[in-house]
Amino acid sequence: MTDAPSASHLSEAPADPAKGTLRILQLYPREMNIYGDYGNVLVLKQRLAWRGYGAEILEHNAGDAFPADIDVIIGGGGQDSGQVVIQDDLQSIAPRLRELAEDGTPMLLICGLYQLFGREFRTHDGTVIPGIGVLDLETRGGTERLIGNVVATSEEFGDIHGYENHSGQTFLGEGVTPLATVVKGAGNNAEEKHEGARYRNIVASYLHGSLLPKNPAIADFLLRSAAERKFGSFDAAGLDDSLADLARSHAAERPR
Amino acid sequence: MNPLPVLVGKAVRIASRLRGGGSALPGLVVERLDPGFMARALSTLPRGVVVVSGTNGKTTTTKMVVELLEGQGLRVFTNRTGSNFTRGVAAALLGEVDWRGRLTADVAVLELDEAHAVHFVKLVPPRFSLLLNVLRDQLDRFGEIDATTRLLERIALATTGTVVLNREDPRVAGIASSVTAADVVYFGLDESLRSTFPNDDELRGAAGTAPASALPADVVLRSVDGNSAEFEADGAVTRTDLRLRGVYNIFNAAAALAAARTVMAGTADDDGLYASLAAVEPAFGRGESLVVDGLPLELVLVKNPSGFRLGLKSFDPAGCATMIAINDNYADGRDMSWLWDVDFDSLGLGGVEMVSGVRAYDMALRLKYDDVRVGAVETDIPDGLKQFIGCSAGRPKRIFCTYTAMLAVRRELSKITKVEVVS
Repeated sequence: MTDAPSASHLSEAPADPAKGTLRILQLYPREMNIYGDYGNVLVLKQRLAWRGYGAEILEHNAGDAFPADIDVIIGGGGQDSGQVVIQDDLQSIAPRLRELAEDGTPMLLICGLYQLFGREFRTHDGTVIPGIGVLDLETRGGTERLIGNVVATSEEFGDIHGYENHSGQTFLGEGVTPLATVVKGAGNNAEEKHEGARYRNIVASYLHGSLLPKNPAIADFLLRSAAERKFGSFDAAGLDDSLADLARSHAAERPR
Repeated sequence: MNPLPVLVGKAVRIASRLRGGGSALPGLVVERLDPGFMARALSTLPRGVVVVSGTNGKTTTTKMVVELLEGQGLRVFTNRTGSNFTRGVAAALLGEVDWRGRLTADVAVLELDEAHAVHFVKLVPPRFSLLLNVLRDQLDRFGEIDATTRLLERIALATTGTVVLNREDPRVAGIASSVTAADVVYFGLDESLRSTFPNDDELRGAAGTAPASALPADVVLRSVDGNSAEFEADGAVTRTDLRLRGVYNIFNAAAALAAARTVMAGTADDDGLYASLAAVEPAFGRGESLVVDGLPLELVLVKNPSGFRLGLKSFDPAGCATMIAINDNYADGRDMSWLWDVDFDSLGLGGVEMVSGVRAYDMALRLKYDDVRVGAVETDIPDGLKQFIGCSAGRPKRIFCTYTAMLAVRRELSKITKVEVVS
């Protein structure tokens, strides 16, 4: 065995018997987990545990039956080759994902899966890879790779800190709103100075790093949305985020 | 030929060493004055040039190949500064050539960064190449792991004699299918060890799911027991004790053995190879052991998730005070996401006394999410090191550090203990 934690290792009962357990699904951890996307899952699990909630981490890989009763969905970035591997499976579970999205299930979609949740990806040579159309946006393959530290600012979440590394450039349609306005870096594309997309309880972004550790406001938005849907309320008891604050302020000073 | 560029380059080398400056500047100077210098100096070697590349283990593996070949009686030129860019090779050459630019050696064994190797092999086609692995690392430079694979493939395609490949890494083994001009030789692992060295696809999710390789290997690492290992070559299994620390170095020993046997072209004295291997000391900063206050202080270079994982697995934290220093300079990689692909549970019991470096707070935050106690955080490495040594008196110490953090730590340590100067 490797040191990689298995799904069972990450199942934890609620420490507070009055509180319930949220079921968190990571999409395609084998193929779509190139930039520490697992960190996003770990942050949700730990922030639940520290507040007395339970967390159950599930994985969906190509060919698996899609699990029932999912409270949060996390999707990461992959290489071009990984995106090809998951393509058919993603299309096959698309109706279920669309239903969950419309129903308000919180989702965090980073990089590759952000692109594939859109309508289509038009590669540099003109090939069209269909997305699943949950988000009203499309992506065009570029020749230039957008790489580096990013700071973006949003009314909903304040400053967002992360790192981008993508050649696809994403353009938003009317049906979604930008997650944030870019202060440093490129974001969705090289032209528009906005980053990511928001739709219902979905947060989509190019930023990894992982995104959630340094952006606890987004982590808590996903948890609050999930808990309120499932339990009717969320006990957001204050956690000490001073290390995250310091990591944010040091990251902000780093070169692009 | 005009000896002037060589003499100017040598002068710059002496001057920059006196100033304690960078090791690549003289290489830059000679490249500018005489672009053909490197190719000329290396093209006449009787056994040609060996290029060593891959994500992890280049420096230690190169050191092993050099010492194995020296043990076979060859005179070997190498770039041991860890300056693995083309310019670093030129700079190292300046230190070795005579005033006419001639090198007295039988073979050159050169560690090259993946991207720079592609540039290098265009100037100097190697007779042999040894390609170790392709793991997620510096994606901010290379974009994708598959792009890194294509860089290694170009090294293989430029190789005129034999390409030595890791059969356990599907990306590296796959390069064989595009090699037409050169022969291909593999090194590999016993089935029982494959899960100890996950390839990049196995970092998360199911490990060891790839089918066992059916490719024949020249050298196979059969078993590891502490710092002793068994290798199989030509049907004979040999047990050797090693001074190298870390399981990852022991797999790379199989790579070095295969490369050395290939260079010796059937004339290798295997007993001699194993004797040389047993004597190899760790390369600087790679499991290097120094002495502070009469107790060992180990430096473990960590550059990417698989290296950090193997580093944590190789060095038992019990009884040891631990420091981690993370920088995000160009040579370290600017993207911090890799820290989230490493599990730090093994440090949970003893905690980490000091977290330092430019990105100390990213690292401290990572540890917090694995419930690992952090004693203190100090972004300034000299200050952090001083506090660490102060608070861990009477205990052996270990510092995990990224590349530029390791250079900073060694610089500070050289003020208080004996640190080998590598130039």
